[in-house]
Amino acid sequence: MTKELIKGNTAVAEAALRAGLEAYFGYPITPQTELLEHLSARMPELGRAFVQAESELGAINMVYGAACTGKRVMTSSSSPGVSLMMEGLSYIAGTEVPMVLVDVVRGGPGLGNIAPAQGDYNQIVHGGGHGDYRLIVLAPASVQEAVDLTALAFDLAEKYRTITTIMMDGSIGQMMEPAELPPFQPLKEEIPAWAVRGAKDGEKRVLTSINLDPPTQEVMNLRLMTTWQKIEANEVRWKGYHLDDAEYVVVGFGTAGRIALSAVRAAREQGIKVGLLRPITLAPFPAEILDELTEKVKAFLVVEMNTGQMLEDVRLAVRGRKPVEFFGRMGGVVPFPDEVLTEIRRLATEPQTTAGHPRDRWLARLTETIG
Amino acid sequence: MTLTDVPAKVVYSRPDSLECRGTHYCPGCTHGIAHRLVAEVLDEMGIVEDTIGVASVGCSVFAYNYFNVDFVEAAHGRAPAMATGIKRVYPDHIVFTYQGDGDLASIGMGEIVGAASRGEKITVIFINNANYGMTGGQMAPTTLPGQKTTSSPTGRDVARQGYPIQTAELLSTLEGAAYVVRRSLHNNREVRRAKQAIRTAFEVQKAGLGFSLVELLSTCPTNWGMTPVEAREWVEERMLPFYPLGDYKISSAVAEWMK
Repeated sequence: MTKELIKGNTAVAEAALRAGLEAYFGYPITPQTELLEHLSARMPELGRAFVQAESELGAINMVYGAACTGKRVMTSSSSPGVSLMMEGLSYIAGTEVPMVLVDVVRGGPGLGNIAPAQGDYNQIVHGGGHGDYRLIVLAPASVQEAVDLTALAFDLAEKYRTITTIMMDGSIGQMMEPAELPPFQPLKEEIPAWAVRGAKDGEKRVLTSINLDPPTQEVMNLRLMTTWQKIEANEVRWKGYHLDDAEYVVVGFGTAGRIALSAVRAAREQGIKVGLLRPITLAPFPAEILDELTEKVKAFLVVEMNTGQMLEDVRLAVRGRKPVEFFGRMGGVVPFPDEVLTEIRRLATEPQTTAGHPRDRWLARLTETIG
Repeated sequence: MTLTDVPAKVVYSRPDSLECRGTHYCPGCTHGIAHRLVAEVLDEMGIVEDTIGVASVGCSVFAYNYFNVDFVEAAHGRAPAMATGIKRVYPDHIVFTYQGDGDLASIGMGEIVGAASRGEKITVIFINNANYGMTGGQMAPTTLPGQKTTSSPTGRDVARQGYPIQTAELLSTLEGAAYVVRRSLHNNREVRRAKQAIRTAFEVQKAGLGFSLVELLSTCPTNWGMTPVEAREWVEERMLPFYPLGDYKISSAVAEWMK
């Protein structure tokens, strides 16, 4: 296969199609719309289901219905649209049917703007919908990685009967990069035993998220948690750069991680022994490698395009044993590599502390810069 | 000749597609009749094995317990969207939703209008009993002007609380709707007519003619504070004038098919 120059949104759409996507339901919202547009042409071409829904509420509930048939189903949206989908996501989690959600995150809260951001980390990684559930979150940092993670997202969703979210930001969605698309997978032939299909064999199937009897609900909650423990044990993914001899480690995901990598390389050229840990699964979170690194390095720097949401997960893993500093830009503002480099230099040259909260120090510095 | 000499003949029995169990519905409630009519139609059309039902949120939340067909349970109001997802994956299956008035005409108005306008080939059984039954009788989008409910204790004041929604009329204006009718379950004659309409609605879906909906005026003696008999009279006296029975949309394709 050869590489082609392709936009992130289009690439994910085509990758999903090639991974055997059988039904897509969505609603236009910037910066995600090309994904829906691409599938609006390709799905009918291949005789597969495509509906532009009346709203994100409609879209996610169409996904819910189609997911109950056990077929490969997906929706995509961006931050405000994903907020509207939270109800459906909770029901889908409660019914234990697999689906893939692509969230092309933009600046917020509220209507915000259509520029790249990572402000939905907490909403996606730590819940959003009501009730006690967790979902797998994949965070690509390039168009190619987004393509590669798409097929994986379906496999994981089906393996664990769960929701897999590909959380990327507006720049991954909108950017054109060379990427190699995977070959076509045949459509799934096997229908899972739990899926509705008409009670032909005399065995009726009911898919529901209702458990009026609290002990029954508790058993269900336990089952979800047991599944999550398996996911935590088997599915943590991350990528390390220059970690072997690193004295300092930058932690960043998606576009922020990619920008941080440029800064890490520049810092290396200046003789600073710094590495990058880029979580690919935000959930399950790569806490174990952070724990190992804590034993070896002098300090961490978390870089995000928000006010420090993953920062809290890093701090939980480091548990105050080493200083953790933070740098972020938000609201659709993307940090420059130079800004991150300045933070790395500061980390390596100034005395660091485990006292106080890194967010307070960052805010004080940032307020001087952007007032 | 004694009575035992007469050969026994089954003239009435439980439809196969209805589970053999009691329901959770209140005495005098017409949900049970609606369930039975749907089940009889599924039996008669021989489509039980091809049918997937979508239950909604409201008194009929447990509808899946009573039908011998595959079922899913939707979030409040979203049954038409969920049915859309299933039908698009299984276009040759029969997919129906069973929804109450709070579910369909209030929180789910977006989903029902979306599904009808797209001409989704699904069948909607819509129970209109002029209140939110499951939560204890609050004002619904179908509550009549002046009608007392637990959230309109002095009667629905249209100046403050607006007017009821005439769902069949509203949806009949959509090009995508193929068959939209209103029937009632308050007496035997209307029950028989309701059955015919439900049959037609499923036939419309089976023939691929588009979206079909049967609105059924129903009783809610418990929340109306009436005996079952009084409730049936109330449907006739109060609901029928505001919700006239009739065929609100018969698309040309359906009309052609009916010939």
